[in-house]
Amino acid sequence: MPEHIGEVIAAATTEFQVQVYELHNTPPLGSLVKTADGDVKIYALVAAAETGSIDPGRQPIARGQEETDEADLFHHHPQLSQLLRTTFRALVLGHTTQSLLRHYLPPRPARVHGFVYLCPPEEIREFSQPLDFLHPLISVPGQDEIIAAFLRRAASTYLEPETFLLGAGKELAILLADQPQRLNALLKRIKP
Amino acid sequence: MTEEEFFLSSHPASLEEPQRLGMVVSGSLSEGLEVKLDGSVSVEAVRSGRLVAVQGQNQRFLGQITDVRLAAIDRLLTVTPPDVADPFIAQVVTGTSTYGILKVIQSLALSSSGIEEAKTIPGHFSAVTEASAADVEMAYGTEDARHFYIGNPLDMEVHLHLDLKRLVERSSGVFGKSGTGKTFLTRILLVGILQKADAVNLVFDMHDEYGWEGSQEGGARVKGLKQLFPDQVAVFTLDEESSRRRGVSTDFVVQIGYDEIEPEDMATLRETLNLTERGLDAIYELGEKYGRNWLNTFFQEDNRTLQEALGERAEVAIGTLRALRLSLNRLKSLHFLVPHAQDDSVKRVLTLLDARKNVVLEFGRYRDNSEAQVLVANLLTRRIHEHYVKRKESARGDQEGPVPLVITIEEAHKFLSPQVASQTTFGTIAREMRKYNVTLLVVDQRPSGIDPEVMSQIGTKLACLLDNEADIEAVLAGTPAKGELKKVLSKLGSKQQALVLGHAVPMPIAFDVRDYGTPQSYAELGFGSWELKQKAQSNISDLYGD
Repeated sequence: MPEHIGEVIAAATTEFQVQVYELHNTPPLGSLVKTADGDVKIYALVAAAETGSIDPGRQPIARGQEETDEADLFHHHPQLSQLLRTTFRALVLGHTTQSLLRHYLPPRPARVHGFVYLCPPEEIREFSQPLDFLHPLISVPGQDEIIAAFLRRAASTYLEPETFLLGAGKELAILLADQPQRLNALLKRIKP
Repeated sequence: MTEEEFFLSSHPASLEEPQRLGMVVSGSLSEGLEVKLDGSVSVEAVRSGRLVAVQGQNQRFLGQITDVRLAAIDRLLTVTPPDVADPFIAQVVTGTSTYGILKVIQSLALSSSGIEEAKTIPGHFSAVTEASAADVEMAYGTEDARHFYIGNPLDMEVHLHLDLKRLVERSSGVFGKSGTGKTFLTRILLVGILQKADAVNLVFDMHDEYGWEGSQEGGARVKGLKQLFPDQVAVFTLDEESSRRRGVSTDFVVQIGYDEIEPEDMATLRETLNLTERGLDAIYELGEKYGRNWLNTFFQEDNRTLQEALGERAEVAIGTLRALRLSLNRLKSLHFLVPHAQDDSVKRVLTLLDARKNVVLEFGRYRDNSEAQVLVANLLTRRIHEHYVKRKESARGDQEGPVPLVITIEEAHKFLSPQVASQTTFGTIAREMRKYNVTLLVVDQRPSGIDPEVMSQIGTKLACLLDNEADIEAVLAGTPAKGELKKVLSKLGSKQQALVLGHAVPMPIAFDVRDYGTPQSYAELGFGSWELKQKAQSNISDLYGD
């Protein structure tokens, strides 16, 4: 089992919030992550990561004027890494039940404190095989950056990334038939 | 045979699977199918006239592409087009947002019970592929005793065969505008009929193209029937001098006596000779009075004497006779016409035809002489007509009638125009001579000039490129899905492509005409493996009996 990178700290049916253990060390945008709820594995896409204070009342302030190196700053103020945290939002795309992959929402949301893992390439490939997950993603506005990022990452797990991207592009072309400008912009982001 | 076995046997797994083109998205039996082209197939790769197969649930349909159209999934896309300068985007939108639509006319249904005309259509989203070689062979037959290879369906390597026995059962026609290969195609058909149709040919070779040798675009000489089938073909000529000059060996020089010309023959020449109604009446009077010698007498006697002689029977104005003489004097320039012919050329032709020998009549210098063409062709055909009617009627029930005869006639509008078709023997043959084992093979560039009633009797039509609306209309009159075939016909290549439809083929199909004129083409025609086998077989039976 690969090492978990963080934990669920808030969960809803369509998305969950993850805090990563290592400050700033969020998985890249569009990465596929998973968390488990008993036998059910929940798959989600990394979207909108942020780093900020753990206490909403206490905002970070600049401290490094005297420092020459950013690393030194954390070295001289060791409490900083405890007061700050990095979190990301994960959009739920699908799940498995009885080891079968389903490209729709799980019956229950993820569990808070559930461990979150990065999916290995073969799992990404398996997940991206039918492109059914694109439809729910497209229907939510403002996700195009994440869609493009995921498709680029998924493509890199294939022997022939161009073929995968072409297939995905064609699927998008059908889904976005009535929005040619959005399609155009999206295609420019995923072209090999 | 079960359904599964049928499909397995009719579509053996070949190394080259026919390419998938798309799927049926809408359609009707009367107007044909709409097929959405797959994104992987370029619109430019599919062409009108191409044969395609549609796999339905229980039947396989064969049809041909009649139109290709571009479509977009949304109208907005045509207003704000995608950035196709980017090859990736261009590739993505092809076949998805933008796609090709094929119009397909489905004509045949192949099922375990055989081939039949399509009476229904395949369901939604049935897969459409290029027709396979097996499809073509199943529908159009393979090389055998009656099927003759005439070319390849457009964009296909497989041989297309024509059922020649069916072709000669009814009259047929080769049409196409000038320079599109009518003569070329007719020559191939004649070779086929000679080989396989069990019929004899009489060819009115107005332009000296079929007998000894013919010409092809670019001036190359190609072999005529006599060179290919020396024992089966006799070449007659109207103009010995021209034949000699061209170094053509002819078998007979045709001479026609004035006494062989009947007043009825003049009726068909009415237009070409500018005969008036009165003039024609006078000819009939002369015929009544002098019988076979009417024309000889007319040329020997002066107008006054004739008027007096005829006066006993009817009043003929001297002016009428004068005008008539002016017209008929033109016949004197036809050197094959003599007061009395030594040899009965017509009888000779008939004897040869009865002996299953084919006759080609060359016109030599009379190639552009309408009087000569109309007179000779009509005179000969009239006598043949009488002969065949007599032969057929005297044949008892258990006897076969005379050998089927195919009369090939070029410039057919001269003999079959609405004005003369009712008077010429050609008109009669086209209308009813099938019963008497005589059919026509008409070759013409203006089918619209042929009597519609005659056109409707033409069983098989082979049309090269036609672009005149009236001509296309004339060729396709009475054909189902005429509108769709029109598109195919007007898009044929200008050389060596034709559309065949009618009695001899199960469904209309456009094809590239087979090659003729190269050494290899002669070898294919005369010495193909099938013919060799047949020849060997017949030699064996000759030696040892059946």
